[in-house]
Amino acid sequence: MNFQAIRSIYIFEMARFFRTLMQSFISPVISTSLYFVVFGTAIGSRIQEVEGIGYGAFIVPGLIMLSVMTQATSNASFGIYFPKFIGTIYELLSAPVSFWEITVGYVGAAATKAMFVGLVILGTSFLFVDITIQHPIAMLAFLTLTCLSFSLLGFIIGIWAGNFEQLQLIPLLIITPLVFLGGSFYSVAMLPPVWQSITMFNPVVYLISGFRWSFFGAADVPIALSLFAIGLFTALCVGVIGWIFKTGWRIRQ
Amino acid sequence: MTNIVDVRELTKRYDNGFEALKSVDLSIKQGEIIALLGPNGAGKTTLISTICGITQATSGSVTIGGHDNLTDFRAARNLVGLVPQEINLEPFEKVMNTVKFSRGLFGKAPDPAYLEKILRSLSLWDKKDDRIMMLSGGMKRRVLIAKALSHEPRVLFLDEPTAGVDVELRKDMWDVVAKLKEDGVTIILTTHYIEEAEAIADRIGVIAKGEILLVEDKDHLMKRMGKKSLKIELIEPVSAVPDALSKYGLRLEEGHLVYTYDTSLDRTGITSLLADLQTAGLQMSDLQTQQSSLEEIFVSLVAEQEGAA
Repeated sequence: MNFQAIRSIYIFEMARFFRTLMQSFISPVISTSLYFVVFGTAIGSRIQEVEGIGYGAFIVPGLIMLSVMTQATSNASFGIYFPKFIGTIYELLSAPVSFWEITVGYVGAAATKAMFVGLVILGTSFLFVDITIQHPIAMLAFLTLTCLSFSLLGFIIGIWAGNFEQLQLIPLLIITPLVFLGGSFYSVAMLPPVWQSITMFNPVVYLISGFRWSFFGAADVPIALSLFAIGLFTALCVGVIGWIFKTGWRIRQ
Repeated sequence: MTNIVDVRELTKRYDNGFEALKSVDLSIKQGEIIALLGPNGAGKTTLISTICGITQATSGSVTIGGHDNLTDFRAARNLVGLVPQEINLEPFEKVMNTVKFSRGLFGKAPDPAYLEKILRSLSLWDKKDDRIMMLSGGMKRRVLIAKALSHEPRVLFLDEPTAGVDVELRKDMWDVVAKLKEDGVTIILTTHYIEEAEAIADRIGVIAKGEILLVEDKDHLMKRMGKKSLKIELIEPVSAVPDALSKYGLRLEEGHLVYTYDTSLDRTGITSLLADLQTAGLQMSDLQTQQSSLEEIFVSLVAEQEGAA
Protein backbone atom coordinates (compact mmCIF):
# COMPACT_ATOMS: atom_id res chain seq x y z
CA MET A 1 0.00 0.00 0.00
CA ASN A 2 1.43 3.36 -1.04
CA PHE A 3 0.27 5.46 1.92
CA GLN A 4 2.62 8.27 0.97
CA ALA A 5 0.85 8.59 -2.39
CA ILE A 6 -2.60 8.65 -0.75
CA ARG A 7 -1.35 11.33 1.63
CA SER A 8 0.09 13.36 -1.25
CA ILE A 9 -3.12 13.24 -3.28
CA TYR A 10 -5.15 14.12 -0.19
CA ILE A 11 -2.93 17.06 0.77
CA PHE A 12 -2.77 18.31 -2.83
CA GLU A 13 -6.57 18.24 -3.12
CA MET A 14 -7.09 19.86 0.28
CA ALA A 15 -4.66 22.64 -0.74
CA ARG A 16 -7.08 23.50 -3.55
CA PHE A 17 -9.82 23.75 -0.91
CA PHE A 18 -7.74 25.94 1.38
CA ARG A 19 -6.89 28.28 -1.50
CA THR A 20 -10.59 29.16 -1.61
CA LEU A 21 -11.31 28.71 2.09
CA MET A 22 -13.32 31.89 2.52
CA GLN A 23 -15.45 30.98 -0.47
CA SER A 24 -15.85 27.45 0.90
CA PHE A 25 -16.86 28.84 4.30
CA ILE A 26 -18.95 31.87 3.42
CA SER A 27 -20.97 30.27 0.62
CA PRO A 28 -22.69 27.61 2.79
CA VAL A 29 -23.21 30.11 5.62
CA ILE A 30 -25.01 32.54 3.31
CA SER A 31 -27.07 29.89 1.52
CA THR A 32 -28.08 28.28 4.84
CA SER A 33 -29.09 31.66 6.23
CA LEU A 34 -31.18 32.30 3.13
CA TYR A 35 -32.90 28.93 3.46
CA PHE A 36 -33.76 29.75 7.07
CA VAL A 37 -35.08 33.15 6.09
CA VAL A 38 -37.22 31.74 3.26
CA PHE A 39 -38.28 28.33 4.58
CA GLY A 40 -37.88 28.84 8.29
CA THR A 41 -39.33 32.29 8.73
CA ALA A 42 -41.55 33.03 5.73
CA ILE A 43 -42.99 29.56 5.15
CA GLY A 44 -42.17 27.96 8.49
CA SER A 45 -44.27 30.48 10.36
CA ARG A 46 -47.31 29.03 8.58
CA ILE A 47 -46.30 25.44 9.34
CA GLN A 48 -46.43 25.00 13.07
CA GLU A 49 -44.80 21.64 13.68
CA VAL A 50 -43.83 18.53 11.68
CA GLU A 51 -44.00 15.33 13.69
CA GLY A 52 -43.79 17.39 16.83
CA ILE A 53 -40.69 19.29 15.69
CA GLY A 54 -40.59 23.00 14.88
CA TYR A 55 -40.34 23.49 11.09
CA GLY A 56 -37.12 25.52 11.35
CA ALA A 57 -35.38 22.68 13.20
CA PHE A 58 -37.03 20.02 11.02
CA ILE A 59 -35.36 21.26 7.84
CA VAL A 60 -31.83 21.34 9.34
CA PRO A 61 -30.92 17.70 8.49
CA GLY A 62 -32.35 18.12 4.98
CA LEU A 63 -30.40 21.34 4.47
CA ILE A 64 -27.19 19.67 5.57
CA MET A 65 -27.84 16.67 3.33
CA LEU A 66 -28.65 18.89 0.34
CA SER A 67 -25.33 20.70 0.60
CA VAL A 68 -23.26 17.67 1.59
CA MET A 69 -24.49 15.55 -1.31
CA THR A 70 -23.96 18.26 -3.92
CA GLN A 71 -20.61 19.33 -2.45
CA ALA A 72 -19.28 15.79 -2.17
CA THR A 73 -20.32 15.00 -5.73
CA SER A 74 -18.96 18.19 -7.27
CA ASN A 75 -15.69 18.15 -5.28
CA ALA A 76 -14.88 14.55 -6.18
CA SER A 77 -15.92 14.87 -9.81
CA PHE A 78 -13.89 18.05 -10.27
CA GLY A 79 -10.94 16.55 -8.37
CA ILE A 80 -10.41 13.72 -10.85
CA TYR A 81 -11.76 15.50 -13.94
CA PHE A 82 -9.38 18.48 -13.64
CA PRO A 83 -6.18 16.37 -14.01
CA LYS A 84 -7.80 14.74 -17.04
CA PHE A 85 -8.69 18.15 -18.48
CA ILE A 86 -5.26 19.76 -18.00
CA GLY A 87 -3.33 16.57 -18.75
CA THR A 88 -1.68 16.04 -15.36
CA ILE A 89 -3.39 12.63 -15.14
CA TYR A 90 -0.27 11.21 -16.82
CA GLU A 91 1.48 11.56 -13.49
CA LEU A 92 -1.07 9.44 -11.64
CA LEU A 93 -1.07 6.79 -14.35
CA SER A 94 2.71 6.46 -14.49
CA ALA A 95 3.24 6.45 -10.71
CA PRO A 96 3.45 3.26 -8.62
CA VAL A 97 -0.06 3.84 -7.32
CA SER A 98 -2.98 1.47 -7.54
CA PHE A 99 -6.36 2.76 -8.66
CA TRP A 100 -7.76 2.13 -5.20
CA GLU A 101 -5.08 4.34 -3.69
CA ILE A 102 -5.97 7.07 -6.19
CA THR A 103 -9.64 6.68 -5.24
CA VAL A 104 -8.95 6.84 -1.51
CA GLY A 105 -6.91 10.03 -1.97
CA TYR A 106 -9.46 11.88 -4.11
CA VAL A 107 -12.59 10.57 -2.42
CA GLY A 108 -11.09 11.13 1.03
CA ALA A 109 -10.36 14.78 0.21
CA ALA A 110 -13.77 15.37 -1.37
CA ALA A 111 -15.53 13.77 1.60
CA THR A 112 -13.52 15.91 4.03
CA LYS A 113 -14.50 19.08 2.19
CA ALA A 114 -18.17 18.05 2.14
CA MET A 115 -17.99 17.18 5.84
CA PHE A 116 -16.57 20.62 6.57
CA VAL A 117 -19.44 22.26 4.69
CA GLY A 118 -21.95 20.06 6.52
CA LEU A 119 -20.54 21.05 9.90
CA VAL A 120 -20.50 24.74 8.93
CA ILE A 121 -24.19 24.50 8.02
CA LEU A 122 -24.92 22.74 11.30
CA GLY A 123 -23.05 25.48 13.16
CA THR A 124 -24.96 28.18 11.27
CA SER A 125 -28.26 26.44 12.07
CA PHE A 126 -27.60 26.82 15.78
CA LEU A 127 -27.76 30.59 15.22
CA PHE A 128 -31.32 30.33 13.89
CA VAL A 129 -33.00 27.42 15.66
CA ASP A 130 -32.75 25.49 18.87
CA ILE A 131 -31.68 21.94 18.05
CA THR A 132 -30.74 19.01 20.23
CA ILE A 133 -29.01 16.13 18.50
CA GLN A 134 -30.37 12.95 20.10
CA HIS A 135 -27.86 10.53 18.54
CA PRO A 136 -24.67 12.55 17.86
CA ILE A 137 -22.51 9.51 17.02
CA ALA A 138 -25.11 8.19 14.59
CA MET A 139 -25.38 11.70 13.14
CA LEU A 140 -21.63 11.82 12.52
CA ALA A 141 -21.68 8.27 11.10
CA PHE A 142 -24.52 9.12 8.68
CA LEU A 143 -22.80 12.34 7.69
CA THR A 144 -19.51 10.53 7.05
CA LEU A 145 -21.15 7.74 5.08
CA THR A 146 -23.10 10.20 2.95
CA CYS A 147 -19.96 12.27 2.30
CA LEU A 148 -18.05 9.13 1.29
CA SER A 149 -20.74 7.55 -0.86
CA PHE A 150 -21.54 10.73 -2.78
CA SER A 151 -17.83 11.43 -3.21
CA LEU A 152 -17.56 7.97 -4.78
CA LEU A 153 -20.43 8.88 -7.09
CA GLY A 154 -18.72 12.17 -7.93
CA PHE A 155 -15.49 10.31 -8.66
CA ILE A 156 -17.35 8.13 -11.18
CA ILE A 157 -18.90 11.21 -12.78
CA GLY A 158 -15.47 12.86 -13.01
CA ILE A 159 -14.02 9.84 -14.82
CA TRP A 160 -17.02 9.59 -17.13
CA ALA A 161 -17.26 13.30 -17.99
CA GLY A 162 -15.72 14.36 -21.27
CA ASN A 163 -16.31 18.08 -20.73
CA PHE A 164 -17.39 20.57 -18.08
CA GLU A 165 -20.99 20.41 -19.25
CA GLN A 166 -21.18 16.69 -18.57
CA LEU A 167 -19.50 17.30 -15.22
CA GLN A 168 -22.45 19.47 -14.18
CA LEU A 169 -25.13 17.35 -15.84
CA ILE A 170 -25.75 14.63 -13.26
CA PRO A 171 -25.47 16.82 -10.13
CA LEU A 172 -27.79 19.39 -11.68
CA LEU A 173 -30.35 17.17 -13.37
CA ILE A 174 -30.42 14.17 -11.06
CA ILE A 175 -28.93 14.74 -7.63
CA THR A 176 -30.44 18.16 -6.84
CA PRO A 177 -34.01 17.14 -7.86
CA LEU A 178 -33.70 13.84 -5.96
CA VAL A 179 -32.56 15.68 -2.83
CA PHE A 180 -35.33 18.28 -3.09
CA LEU A 181 -37.91 15.56 -3.67
CA GLY A 182 -36.38 13.29 -1.05
CA GLY A 183 -37.93 14.97 1.95
CA SER A 184 -35.33 17.66 2.63
CA PHE A 185 -37.96 20.22 3.51
CA TYR A 186 -40.96 18.02 4.33
CA SER A 187 -41.91 14.72 5.85
CA VAL A 188 -42.88 11.96 3.42
CA ALA A 189 -45.96 11.46 5.61
CA MET A 190 -47.20 14.91 4.48
CA LEU A 191 -47.57 13.67 0.87
CA PRO A 192 -50.71 12.05 -0.60
CA PRO A 193 -50.55 8.19 -0.44
CA VAL A 194 -49.70 7.81 -4.18
CA TRP A 195 -46.76 10.21 -3.93
CA GLN A 196 -45.63 8.54 -0.73
CA SER A 197 -45.30 5.27 -2.68
CA ILE A 198 -43.51 6.96 -5.60
CA THR A 199 -41.14 8.80 -3.25
CA MET A 200 -39.98 5.47 -1.82
CA PHE A 201 -38.19 4.82 -5.14
CA ASN A 202 -36.01 7.85 -4.45
CA PRO A 203 -32.87 6.54 -2.69
CA VAL A 204 -32.17 9.91 -1.14
CA VAL A 205 -35.33 9.57 1.01
CA TYR A 206 -33.62 6.82 3.01
CA LEU A 207 -30.49 8.89 3.60
CA ILE A 208 -32.32 12.01 4.71
CA SER A 209 -34.69 9.99 6.84
CA GLY A 210 -31.84 8.23 8.61
CA PHE A 211 -29.97 11.46 9.14
CA ARG A 212 -33.10 13.14 10.50
CA TRP A 213 -33.59 10.22 12.89
CA SER A 214 -30.12 10.90 14.36
CA PHE A 215 -31.32 14.43 15.19
CA PHE A 216 -34.87 13.88 16.41
CA GLY A 217 -35.28 10.13 16.91
CA ALA A 218 -38.12 10.12 14.36
CA ALA A 219 -37.89 8.99 10.73
CA ASP A 220 -40.00 8.35 7.62
CA VAL A 221 -38.45 4.88 7.16
CA PRO A 222 -36.90 2.45 9.66
CA ILE A 223 -33.30 3.29 10.52
CA ALA A 224 -32.08 -0.18 9.49
CA LEU A 225 -33.53 0.38 6.02
CA SER A 226 -31.71 3.73 5.82
CA LEU A 227 -28.44 2.06 6.76
CA PHE A 228 -29.04 -0.69 4.22
CA ALA A 229 -29.78 1.88 1.51
CA ILE A 230 -26.62 3.87 2.11
CA GLY A 231 -24.57 0.66 2.35
CA LEU A 232 -26.04 -0.57 -0.94
CA PHE A 233 -25.38 2.76 -2.65
CA THR A 234 -21.76 2.78 -1.41
CA ALA A 235 -21.25 -0.83 -2.54
CA LEU A 236 -22.69 -0.01 -5.95
CA CYS A 237 -20.32 2.93 -6.39
CA VAL A 238 -17.33 0.86 -5.24
CA GLY A 239 -18.32 -1.86 -7.71
CA VAL A 240 -18.53 0.60 -10.60
CA ILE A 241 -15.14 2.09 -9.68
CA GLY A 242 -13.67 -1.40 -9.50
CA TRP A 243 -14.92 -2.12 -13.01
CA ILE A 244 -13.61 1.22 -14.30
CA PHE A 245 -10.17 0.52 -12.91
CA LYS A 246 -10.12 -3.03 -14.19
CA THR A 247 -10.96 -1.99 -17.73
CA GLY A 248 -9.25 1.42 -17.73
CA TRP A 249 -12.50 2.89 -19.08
CA ARG A 250 -12.07 6.60 -19.86
CA ILE A 251 -8.72 6.62 -18.07
CA ARG A 252 -6.15 4.67 -20.02
CA GLN A 253 -6.14 4.73 -23.80
CA MET B 1 26.20 -3.43 -20.20
CA THR B 2 22.89 -4.85 -18.89
CA ASN B 3 19.51 -3.83 -20.23
CA ILE B 4 17.38 -1.73 -17.91
CA VAL B 5 14.35 -1.58 -20.23
CA ASP B 6 13.23 -4.46 -22.41
CA VAL B 7 10.34 -4.10 -24.81
CA ARG B 8 9.19 -7.26 -26.55
CA GLU B 9 6.74 -7.50 -29.44
CA LEU B 10 4.84 -4.48 -28.19
CA THR B 11 1.73 -3.75 -30.20
CA LYS B 12 -0.79 -1.00 -29.68
CA ARG B 13 -3.95 -1.07 -31.74
CA TYR B 14 -6.65 1.51 -31.09
CA ASP B 15 -10.38 0.79 -31.25
CA ASN B 16 -10.59 2.37 -34.71
CA GLY B 17 -8.08 -0.22 -35.97
CA PHE B 18 -5.12 2.15 -36.19
CA GLU B 19 -1.93 0.34 -35.25
CA ALA B 20 0.32 2.85 -33.49
CA LEU B 21 2.96 0.26 -32.55
CA LYS B 22 3.69 -2.83 -34.62
CA SER B 23 5.41 -5.54 -32.62
CA VAL B 24 8.16 -3.26 -31.37
CA ASP B 25 11.32 -4.76 -29.85
CA LEU B 26 13.66 -2.43 -28.04
CA SER B 27 16.39 -2.93 -25.44
CA ILE B 28 17.78 0.02 -23.55
CA LYS B 29 21.11 -0.33 -21.84
CA GLN B 30 21.69 0.86 -18.32
CA GLY B 31 23.31 4.28 -18.18
CA GLU B 32 22.98 5.16 -21.85
CA ILE B 33 21.27 8.03 -23.62
CA ILE B 34 19.15 6.76 -26.47
CA ALA B 35 17.41 9.14 -28.84
CA LEU B 36 14.28 8.02 -30.64
CA LEU B 37 13.85 9.88 -33.88
CA GLY B 38 10.79 9.79 -36.02
CA PRO B 39 8.39 11.98 -37.95
CA ASN B 40 5.10 13.15 -36.46
CA GLY B 41 2.77 10.24 -35.76
CA ALA B 42 5.61 7.71 -35.92
CA GLY B 43 4.65 6.21 -32.54
CA LYS B 44 7.34 7.77 -30.33
CA THR B 45 4.95 9.10 -27.69
CA THR B 46 2.78 5.97 -27.82
CA LEU B 47 5.86 3.85 -27.20
CA ILE B 48 6.90 5.95 -24.20
CA SER B 49 3.34 6.10 -22.85
CA THR B 50 2.99 2.35 -23.09
CA ILE B 51 6.31 1.68 -21.38
CA CYS B 52 5.33 4.08 -18.58
CA GLY B 53 1.87 2.54 -18.12
CA ILE B 54 -0.21 5.46 -19.38
CA THR B 55 -1.42 3.57 -22.43
CA GLN B 56 -2.52 -0.07 -22.38
CA ALA B 57 -0.67 -2.30 -24.82
CA THR B 58 -2.70 -4.57 -27.07
CA SER B 59 -0.02 -7.25 -26.78
CA GLY B 60 3.63 -7.67 -25.91
CA SER B 61 5.58 -7.01 -22.75
CA VAL B 62 7.68 -4.36 -21.06
CA THR B 63 10.14 -4.95 -18.25
CA ILE B 64 11.94 -2.19 -16.38
CA GLY B 65 14.86 -3.20 -14.20
CA GLY B 66 13.64 -6.80 -14.63
CA HIS B 67 10.15 -5.95 -13.35
CA ASP B 68 7.13 -6.46 -15.59
CA ASN B 69 5.30 -3.13 -15.92
CA LEU B 70 1.90 -4.78 -15.44
CA THR B 71 2.32 -7.63 -12.97
CA ASP B 72 5.01 -5.87 -10.91
CA PHE B 73 4.02 -2.31 -11.73
CA ARG B 74 5.10 -0.74 -8.43
CA ALA B 75 8.71 -1.89 -8.68
CA ALA B 76 8.83 -1.11 -12.41
CA ARG B 77 7.34 2.38 -12.17
CA ASN B 78 9.43 3.28 -9.13
CA LEU B 79 12.44 3.32 -11.43
CA VAL B 80 10.90 5.59 -14.03
CA GLY B 81 10.55 9.35 -14.41
CA LEU B 82 8.61 10.88 -17.29
CA VAL B 83 8.78 14.35 -18.81
CA PRO B 84 5.77 14.59 -21.13
CA GLN B 85 5.69 16.38 -24.43
CA GLU B 86 2.91 18.77 -23.45
CA ILE B 87 3.34 21.22 -20.59
CA ASN B 88 0.85 19.55 -18.26
CA LEU B 89 0.92 21.40 -14.96
CA GLU B 90 -1.68 22.66 -12.52
CA PRO B 91 -1.55 26.42 -13.13
CA PHE B 92 -2.59 27.57 -9.64
CA GLU B 93 -0.15 25.39 -7.72
CA LYS B 94 3.23 26.54 -6.44
CA VAL B 95 6.41 25.08 -7.92
CA MET B 96 7.60 23.47 -4.68
CA ASN B 97 4.19 21.98 -3.90
CA THR B 98 3.83 20.37 -7.29
CA VAL B 99 7.32 18.84 -7.04
CA LYS B 100 6.56 17.58 -3.51
CA PHE B 101 3.34 16.04 -4.84
CA SER B 102 5.25 14.13 -7.52
CA ARG B 103 7.72 12.75 -4.99
CA GLY B 104 4.89 11.67 -2.71
CA LEU B 105 3.10 9.85 -5.53
CA PHE B 106 6.11 7.60 -5.85
CA GLY B 107 5.89 6.72 -2.17
CA LYS B 108 9.00 8.64 -1.19
CA ALA B 109 9.17 10.40 2.16
CA PRO B 110 9.64 14.19 2.01
CA ASP B 111 13.26 15.20 1.44
CA PRO B 112 13.55 19.00 1.31
CA ALA B 113 17.33 18.91 0.81
CA TYR B 114 17.05 16.69 -2.27
CA LEU B 115 14.27 18.78 -3.77
CA GLU B 116 16.32 21.92 -3.16
CA LYS B 117 19.23 20.31 -4.99
CA ILE B 118 17.03 19.51 -8.00
CA LEU B 119 15.43 22.94 -8.11
CA ARG B 120 18.82 24.63 -7.84
CA SER B 121 20.26 22.47 -10.62
CA LEU B 122 17.38 23.54 -12.86
CA SER B 123 17.64 27.22 -11.84
CA LEU B 124 14.20 27.01 -10.24
CA TRP B 125 15.08 27.58 -6.60
CA ASP B 126 14.20 31.27 -6.61
CA LYS B 127 10.85 30.37 -8.24
CA LYS B 128 9.91 27.70 -5.73
CA ASP B 129 7.08 29.74 -4.23
CA ASP B 130 5.79 31.08 -7.54
CA ARG B 131 2.57 29.77 -8.98
CA ILE B 132 3.04 27.76 -12.18
CA MET B 133 0.95 30.17 -14.22
CA MET B 134 3.46 32.94 -13.47
CA LEU B 135 6.32 31.05 -15.14
CA SER B 136 7.58 31.29 -18.70
CA GLY B 137 7.24 28.31 -21.06
CA GLY B 138 10.89 27.37 -20.57
CA MET B 139 10.57 27.50 -16.80
CA LYS B 140 7.45 25.33 -16.91
CA ARG B 141 9.40 22.76 -18.89
CA ARG B 142 12.07 22.80 -16.19
CA VAL B 143 9.34 22.22 -13.59
CA LEU B 144 8.27 19.13 -15.54
CA ILE B 145 11.85 17.85 -15.37
CA ALA B 146 12.05 18.63 -11.65
CA LYS B 147 8.83 16.68 -11.08
CA ALA B 148 10.17 13.73 -13.07
CA LEU B 149 13.39 13.74 -11.06
CA SER B 150 11.76 14.30 -7.69
CA HIS B 151 11.67 10.59 -6.80
CA GLU B 152 15.25 9.85 -7.90
CA PRO B 153 14.41 7.69 -10.96
CA ARG B 154 16.97 5.41 -12.59
CA VAL B 155 15.33 5.73 -16.02
CA LEU B 156 14.18 9.05 -17.39
CA PHE B 157 11.92 9.42 -20.41
CA LEU B 158 12.09 12.81 -22.05
CA ASP B 159 9.39 13.23 -24.66
CA GLU B 160 10.56 16.11 -26.82
CA PRO B 161 11.86 18.08 -23.84
CA THR B 162 13.21 20.96 -25.85
CA ALA B 163 10.29 21.45 -28.24
CA GLY B 164 9.61 25.15 -28.52
CA VAL B 165 12.34 26.32 -26.17
CA ASP B 166 15.05 28.79 -27.12
CA VAL B 167 18.56 27.75 -28.06
CA GLU B 168 20.08 28.80 -24.74
CA LEU B 169 17.60 26.77 -22.71
CA ARG B 170 18.06 23.82 -25.05
CA LYS B 171 21.78 23.86 -24.38
CA ASP B 172 21.07 24.12 -20.63
CA MET B 173 18.87 21.05 -20.88
CA TRP B 174 21.60 19.15 -22.67
CA ASP B 175 23.89 20.01 -19.76
CA VAL B 176 21.26 18.70 -17.33
CA VAL B 177 20.95 15.49 -19.33
CA ALA B 178 24.73 15.08 -19.41
CA LYS B 179 24.86 15.53 -15.63
CA LEU B 180 22.11 12.95 -15.13
CA LYS B 181 24.02 10.51 -17.27
CA GLU B 182 27.07 11.09 -15.10
CA ASP B 183 24.89 10.16 -12.11
CA GLY B 184 24.03 6.87 -13.81
CA VAL B 185 20.52 7.73 -14.99
CA THR B 186 19.43 6.04 -18.21
CA ILE B 187 17.81 8.51 -20.57
CA ILE B 188 15.38 7.85 -23.37
CA LEU B 189 14.80 10.93 -25.43
CA THR B 190 12.43 11.57 -28.29
CA THR B 191 13.15 14.57 -30.37
CA HIS B 192 12.50 16.30 -33.65
CA TYR B 193 15.82 18.07 -33.41
CA ILE B 194 18.37 15.87 -35.07
CA GLU B 195 21.18 18.07 -33.78
CA GLU B 196 19.97 17.26 -30.27
CA ALA B 197 20.34 13.53 -30.86
CA GLU B 198 23.65 14.12 -32.57
CA ALA B 199 24.90 16.18 -29.65
CA ILE B 200 23.90 14.06 -26.66
CA ALA B 201 22.83 10.53 -27.61
CA ASP B 202 24.93 7.38 -27.37
CA ARG B 203 22.55 5.39 -29.53
CA ILE B 204 19.94 6.34 -32.08
CA GLY B 205 16.64 4.61 -32.69
CA VAL B 206 14.61 5.49 -35.74
CA ILE B 207 10.88 4.85 -35.60
CA ALA B 208 8.35 5.37 -38.37
CA LYS B 209 4.76 4.18 -38.76
CA GLY B 210 4.93 2.27 -35.50
CA GLU B 211 8.01 0.26 -36.41
CA ILE B 212 11.56 0.54 -35.19
CA LEU B 213 13.65 0.86 -38.33
CA LEU B 214 16.97 0.64 -36.57
CA VAL B 215 18.71 1.09 -33.25
CA GLU B 216 22.39 1.66 -33.53
CA ASP B 217 25.36 3.28 -31.89
CA LYS B 218 25.35 6.89 -33.07
CA ASP B 219 28.97 6.93 -34.22
CA HIS B 220 28.62 3.59 -36.00
CA LEU B 221 25.45 4.76 -37.67
CA MET B 222 27.02 7.93 -38.91
CA LYS B 223 30.04 6.03 -40.12
CA ARG B 224 27.98 3.29 -41.73
CA MET B 225 25.39 5.40 -43.43
CA GLY B 226 27.20 8.68 -43.64
CA LYS B 227 28.47 9.58 -47.06
CA LYS B 228 31.50 11.77 -47.30
CA SER B 229 32.27 14.15 -50.07
CA LEU B 230 35.62 15.52 -51.16
CA LYS B 231 35.61 18.89 -52.83
CA ILE B 232 38.62 19.44 -55.06
CA GLU B 233 39.22 23.08 -55.77
CA LEU B 234 41.25 23.64 -58.92
CA ILE B 235 43.67 26.47 -59.70
CA GLU B 236 42.01 26.71 -63.10
CA PRO B 237 38.28 25.77 -62.88
CA VAL B 238 36.99 23.47 -65.62
CA SER B 239 33.74 23.59 -67.58
CA ALA B 240 33.28 19.80 -67.77
CA VAL B 241 34.54 16.70 -65.99
CA PRO B 242 37.49 15.35 -68.01
CA ASP B 243 36.81 11.99 -69.71
CA ALA B 244 39.79 10.44 -67.93
CA LEU B 245 38.02 10.97 -64.60
CA SER B 246 34.55 9.83 -65.65
CA LYS B 247 34.85 6.51 -63.76
CA TYR B 248 34.78 8.41 -60.43
CA GLY B 249 31.29 9.87 -60.96
CA LEU B 250 32.48 13.38 -60.15
CA ARG B 251 30.11 16.30 -59.86
CA LEU B 252 30.93 19.72 -61.14
CA GLU B 253 30.36 22.58 -58.73
CA GLU B 254 31.26 26.09 -59.91
CA GLY B 255 34.13 24.75 -61.99
CA HIS B 256 35.48 22.57 -59.16
CA LEU B 257 35.13 18.81 -58.72
CA VAL B 258 33.18 16.98 -55.98
CA TYR B 259 33.81 13.29 -55.27
CA THR B 260 31.31 11.35 -53.08
CA TYR B 261 32.55 8.18 -51.42
CA ASP B 262 31.43 5.58 -48.92
CA THR B 263 33.35 5.69 -45.63
CA SER B 264 32.49 2.07 -44.79
CA LEU B 265 34.50 0.72 -47.75
CA ASP B 266 38.10 -0.39 -47.36
CA ARG B 267 39.11 1.50 -50.47
CA THR B 268 37.55 4.89 -50.95
CA GLY B 269 39.29 5.56 -54.27
CA ILE B 270 40.74 8.87 -53.11
CA THR B 271 44.37 7.93 -53.74
CA SER B 272 43.78 6.82 -57.30
CA LEU B 273 41.57 9.86 -57.96
CA LEU B 274 44.33 12.21 -56.85
CA ALA B 275 46.85 10.34 -59.02
CA ASP B 276 44.52 10.50 -62.04
CA LEU B 277 43.97 14.22 -61.47
CA GLN B 278 47.71 14.76 -61.77
CA THR B 279 47.82 12.60 -64.92
CA ALA B 280 44.99 14.67 -66.39
CA GLY B 281 47.08 17.78 -65.78
CA LEU B 282 44.71 19.36 -63.27
CA GLN B 283 46.28 21.33 -60.42
CA MET B 284 44.58 21.53 -57.01
CA SER B 285 44.43 24.68 -54.89
CA ASP B 286 42.52 23.16 -51.95
CA LEU B 287 40.75 20.04 -50.65
CA GLN B 288 37.67 19.95 -48.39
CA THR B 289 35.78 17.01 -46.93
CA GLN B 290 32.19 17.05 -45.67
CA GLN B 291 30.19 14.32 -43.89
CA SER B 292 26.42 13.88 -44.17
CA SER B 293 24.56 14.80 -41.02
CA LEU B 294 22.31 12.59 -38.92
CA GLU B 295 19.41 14.51 -40.36
CA GLU B 296 20.28 13.41 -43.88
CA ILE B 297 20.66 9.81 -42.66
CA PHE B 298 17.32 9.99 -40.89
CA VAL B 299 15.54 11.45 -43.91
CA SER B 300 16.99 8.78 -46.18
CA LEU B 301 15.96 5.98 -43.78
CA VAL B 302 12.39 7.20 -43.50
CA ALA B 303 12.22 7.76 -47.26
CA GLU B 304 13.45 4.19 -47.81
CA GLN B 305 10.71 2.85 -45.51
CA GLU B 306 8.05 4.92 -47.22
CA GLY B 307 9.32 3.69 -50.59
CA ALA B 308 9.12 0.09 -49.40
CA ALA B 309 5.57 0.50 -48.05
